[in-house]
Amino acid sequence: MLLRTIGGWFPAPMLATFAVFASLPFWIKGVGLYPYLGVEVMIWVIYALGFNLLLGYGGLPSFGHGAFFGVGAYAFGLTQLHVAPSLWLCLAAAILAGGLAGALVALFISHRRGIYYALLTIAFGQVFWFVAIKWHSVTRGEDGLLNIRRPAFLDDLHALYWFCFAAFVLVVVLLWRLVNAPFGRVLSAIRQNETRARFVGYHVWLYKWLAFTVSALVAGLAGGLFALAQQSAYPNVMSLHQSGFVVMMALVGGGLVSFWGPVIGAALFFLARDLLGAYTETWLLWYGLLFMAIVLFKPEGLAGMFHVRSKPAA
Amino acid sequence: MFEASRLHKRFGQHVVLEDVSLRFEAGRLSGIMGPNGAGKTTCFNLLTGRYAPDRGKVTFEGRDITGLPPRAIARLGISRSFQVMNLFDDYSALDNLRVALPETRARGLSMLGAFGGETDVLARVGLAGKGGVKAKSLSYGDRRALEIGVALAARPRLLFLDEPTAGLGTEGTARIGRLIAELKRSITIVMIEHDMKFLFGLADHITVMHWGQVIAQGTPAMLRANPWVRRSNLGQLA
Repeated sequence: MLLRTIGGWFPAPMLATFAVFASLPFWIKGVGLYPYLGVEVMIWVIYALGFNLLLGYGGLPSFGHGAFFGVGAYAFGLTQLHVAPSLWLCLAAAILAGGLAGALVALFISHRRGIYYALLTIAFGQVFWFVAIKWHSVTRGEDGLLNIRRPAFLDDLHALYWFCFAAFVLVVVLLWRLVNAPFGRVLSAIRQNETRARFVGYHVWLYKWLAFTVSALVAGLAGGLFALAQQSAYPNVMSLHQSGFVVMMALVGGGLVSFWGPVIGAALFFLARDLLGAYTETWLLWYGLLFMAIVLFKPEGLAGMFHVRSKPAA
Repeated sequence: MFEASRLHKRFGQHVVLEDVSLRFEAGRLSGIMGPNGAGKTTCFNLLTGRYAPDRGKVTFEGRDITGLPPRAIARLGISRSFQVMNLFDDYSALDNLRVALPETRARGLSMLGAFGGETDVLARVGLAGKGGVKAKSLSYGDRRALEIGVALAARPRLLFLDEPTAGLGTEGTARIGRLIAELKRSITIVMIEHDMKFLFGLADHITVMHWGQVIAQGTPAMLRANPWVRRSNLGQLA
């Protein structure tokens, strides 16, 4: 019983993921890479897992999710520059701002489905991106906020790594719980058959709204961590093509069939950037071709190949 | 228990229901029959909240439920199954039922709690031992049973069944017949059915619809004698 409960909260793929990232600082240089890559991957995995709550579990395609990542990053920076340079306050502001922006956008799109939903997310994403570029007095335009500082105790790269690792563990555990809790299961039921869910008595709109809000909140946290790590916040992360990256990560990794898909997808994306990028500037072309090949021939993504379809928690 | 009075519904130029009044008494199995396009399913859709009627009133246990959304009607204790199967295909049979349980519905917004719950519905609809099979992998007959099971898992006081035997052969129809006969003892049921023999064998009261109107009502025995029903070729089959 206890073992089953533990297995439900911490399944094998989760422990394997944690083991990889917990040991990463000790071997990453040995394979010719660098620990900061681990920081980037963890931040994007957080972002992609939150995104996949919408895409994989809710069946709701958002192509403007960079907006909430960016809002989180700006909220982190602006709070530090204008309110108080407290790490916790800045992170809380990032989460809250991402969640609020998401809740607001979700108000206007949660009654839509399919292509209309997707188009509206693009439109809203572009609005946020445009504001970030044009509202120069606050966002510093295209350059963005360039003087965000890390607190003294995170100046060391290893300290930063372990801080992000802690946030990463927390988010992964909580999101895994969430998708296996009644909320996540009902959300997935709505994706499978919205009509039936209505007739069983569910307030479908509310579930869609909440899923978007939670997803944006997680993106806000990822954006905050990004601003902390990168020591800057700039509009590029809100652009349409950066929003596309997170979609690719979720799909390539197999987010449609597995909770862990986005983990694989995000890791692969950054490995492709660094390894292919060392040989050619056009690495994105090759990555894009890989993406197309997967969508054409293996729509379940990489996780689908290994049949690691996540079992429901007991 | 459930009453619909003077329902009207049109889609564009097309009048689908005209002045339809129905009464379903508690503890009975009421049947609705009629040829294709008679407005039977549209009628169900109005009664269970899928569409609002253009005119008319629907009451359940004295309460006006006209125009309420499906979720609100479901929460009052009214369940329905569908003619075209409507299951959660990627979920196991048991999880299909779990989603429909009132306990799950009450805790649906819980983001950290556990999803689960046991139910005897699996055994009642003849799916004991198949709880772990994905809905999409079940046989057609089992899917029809699960279709009723999902409606049943919500523990309704009033159950609407839309052509529960659609597409089934003799054996499958007999199985669903036994299930409904058993359910009828504890739940008020309203059933649309094409198979007249099947319906006449189970129903206490039958409404005959044609061209969006009620053309006859009564017990199976009364309808067998009804000249309108005889002339419309519906009674001959019974």
